[in-house]
Amino acid sequence: MSLTAGKPSAGERIFDIFNVLFLTAFAVTTVYPFINVLVVSFSTPAAANVYGIKLWPKDITLEAYRSVFANEYIWIGYANTLFRTVIGTFLNVAFTVLCAYPLAKKYLPNRDLYTLIIIFTMFFSGGLIPNYLLIKELGLLNSRWSLILPGLIAPFTMIIVRNYFMSLPSEVEESAKIDGANDIRILTSIVLPVSLPIVATISLWYAVSHWNAWFDSLLYITDPEKTVLGNVLRKIVIEGSSQFQNFETARPGEGNTVTPDIIKAATIMVATIPILCVYPFIQKYFVKGIMIGSLKG
Amino acid sequence: MGPFLLEASLFALHSLSVPALFLLFKYVPMYGVILAFKDYRFIDGIFGSPWAGWENFRTLVEGRDFPRAFRNTVIISLYKLIFGFPAPIILALLLNELRVILFKRIVQTLSYLPHFLSWVVLAGVFMELFSPTRGIVNYIITAMGGEAIFFFGDKDWFRTLLVSTDVWKSVGWGSIIYLAALSSVDTSLYEAAVVDGANRWKQMVHITLPALIPVTTIMFIFAVGGVITDDFDQVFNFYNPAVYEVADVLSTYTYRVGISEMEYGLATASGLFTNVIALILIVSANFIVRRYSEYGIW
Repeated sequence: MSLTAGKPSAGERIFDIFNVLFLTAFAVTTVYPFINVLVVSFSTPAAANVYGIKLWPKDITLEAYRSVFANEYIWIGYANTLFRTVIGTFLNVAFTVLCAYPLAKKYLPNRDLYTLIIIFTMFFSGGLIPNYLLIKELGLLNSRWSLILPGLIAPFTMIIVRNYFMSLPSEVEESAKIDGANDIRILTSIVLPVSLPIVATISLWYAVSHWNAWFDSLLYITDPEKTVLGNVLRKIVIEGSSQFQNFETARPGEGNTVTPDIIKAATIMVATIPILCVYPFIQKYFVKGIMIGSLKG
Repeated sequence: MGPFLLEASLFALHSLSVPALFLLFKYVPMYGVILAFKDYRFIDGIFGSPWAGWENFRTLVEGRDFPRAFRNTVIISLYKLIFGFPAPIILALLLNELRVILFKRIVQTLSYLPHFLSWVVLAGVFMELFSPTRGIVNYIITAMGGEAIFFFGDKDWFRTLLVSTDVWKSVGWGSIIYLAALSSVDTSLYEAAVVDGANRWKQMVHITLPALIPVTTIMFIFAVGGVITDDFDQVFNFYNPAVYEVADVLSTYTYRVGISEMEYGLATASGLFTNVIALILIVSANFIVRRYSEYGIW
């Protein structure tokens, strides 16, 4: 941060004021879109259609949320997303650690070759169709495992964990080895306990990417019962597909209590609230991860 | 426990995860690119289908949609490079000049928010925000005497929409790496500059900016290296047939031809074309970075 000797000059003071104003405006643009959608989701059709800034709903109604929660696909989507986030993240972390630990050992035969084989997959892939056909041939279409197995180890994440393991002192591990502990034992009772920060970080990375994932579900899953939340959201909000919309809109005789736009807004909020609530607390782990990753990728 | 046993058990541990997963899920599909050179027929499968030489590539290049997708990919990427590359640097510089640390932290944390959301969510949010009849953006435009614009369906505005929302999503997160570089600047440099009578502008020009040059150079080379890589998640959730002309990119084209039209040979060829160029670009970028610095991604 630059410094000022004594009293700031007029120019510097004007800059400071404009800087604060500009960054405040910028911060508002990151938050306002979500406030807008939140307000629409609580609005009556008349209030939602008003042209202008929406900071607070005029006539609060829960009608849209009643419709959203009555839509079983929202719950199915939540359950499926929760499944892949919990089971998927656990397996991701387990396999990433199992892959990274041996690669951190200088005496592993063909270590560089293994690393190269893994890193190469970051830069080249067979592409959409060969991947799709593989999943199809393996009989994983419409299986929840198609959302977990192909991305079990993210190469970049694995390399970060490997680098972390390499930075640990080897003396403790060697003396445990002399005492007769095997590799698995050393990994679980000596290495992992001191690696909790990195394990926490990569768990969050994997968990957020599972939570947000939708494309693999679009490709591999056609059974509505196994569709993940992101894809249910996509079908409702972007495609406006009727299959996923068993909403009770515009019941005859009662007037228009809720419109598709308001239901879309409520659906977005229902799908997004969990991440909006947790991100302020987990973002520092992500930031830390960027630092680790940029040191030596 | 001799070193041999030690190596053997490590090796066993390793052979559980690496070959099985990477060979099966990454290298088998790589072998699948032979489909690009085949005339795929469902009854014959990958191996039974007859070879077609470069026929799929010829069909792509001579067609209308693939060259268009290629052009759109490059144009959109260049716009994102021009506007999206400097944005996080400017944000980092502005944040760096803030005196109130709490305010700085709040702005930073808020700026990370879009990074944690998927383009599905954001597309829904922006459709509301940019709505021609209710959205705040058009409210401001009409309040200032302009005409409401249907951003999601207007060919003249769609790329502007893609680029601006992408900059908005990535600017905060992208600033982290520059802020890290700034935080490692020796504060005694600033102290010495003050003694020499440099004001804050001069300090920025002579101390802060030079400190950013290494990381900026590296990020720029990689950004150029990624110019063929489009953002499927964003375009796929934003676009619709009305704007294909300006919006259809290589990945969305590949998806439509492959999954919707089930032209496996064509789609594999289109994907292979993209992936090979991307590989060449990223390897060249890495080579250049490694040549001139100790950084690089591997």
